[in-house]
Amino acid sequence: MKSITVRYFAMFREHAGLSEETLRLDVATARDVFEQTRARHGSDEPEGHCKVAINDELADWSSPVQDGDTILLFPPVAGG
Amino acid sequence: MIEITPGPIEPASLRASLADDGAGGFCTFEGWVRNRNEGRTVRRLEYEAYAPVAIAEGERVIAEANQRFPFLGARCVHRTGTLEIGELAVWVGVTAAHRDEAFKACRYIIDEIKTRLPIWKKEHYVDGDSGWVNCERCAAHAAE
Repeated sequence: MKSITVRYFAMFREHAGLSEETLRLDVATARDVFEQTRARHGSDEPEGHCKVAINDELADWSSPVQDGDTILLFPPVAGG
Repeated sequence: MIEITPGPIEPASLRASLADDGAGGFCTFEGWVRNRNEGRTVRRLEYEAYAPVAIAEGERVIAEANQRFPFLGARCVHRTGTLEIGELAVWVGVTAAHRDEAFKACRYIIDEIKTRLPIWKKEHYVDGDSGWVNCERCAAHAAE
């Protein structure tokens, strides 16, 4: 189990009802964190529309996560 | 250089900051808040950004534009917070020796910024409904 801080933005924050939480999770990759928190908060937005960052660096869904990491979950972006 | 700001964008001072005796062309793009989207009447927009990642990724976009279309100077500013119809949401300006690089770099920067930076837009409609743009399920939830 790893201690992971998950931060939610925009739609994800509204779905979760909070902007950040620290969880004990059995996860290996950013994708695992996304899937476990998605199940936890009832969102079904496809991964392909979303982005992820680990400790403020954009990452791939297959990127490994370490104990103590902060995972930023970005729903579909719409700048401009 | 790219900035994310909650305050109004000032095109005149941005333009002045790019002044360059070697520039033969200056191209800008201004993104304005429009009153309609996908058939619905929009009352105002709310922009949210995660600045640490948005700025790092924005600087990468500008560096890529400079490699592809060598320019002299480039700046981009994106608003956050609540914006009314007609307000300036994003400003991109590029100077180059010739117009071709200025046009192309400006186009590259705005196109990439729209799809790569962690910036989100929530539309508030005249009927009181609201929805996050580019997120169908979210719009469906908001309409429930």
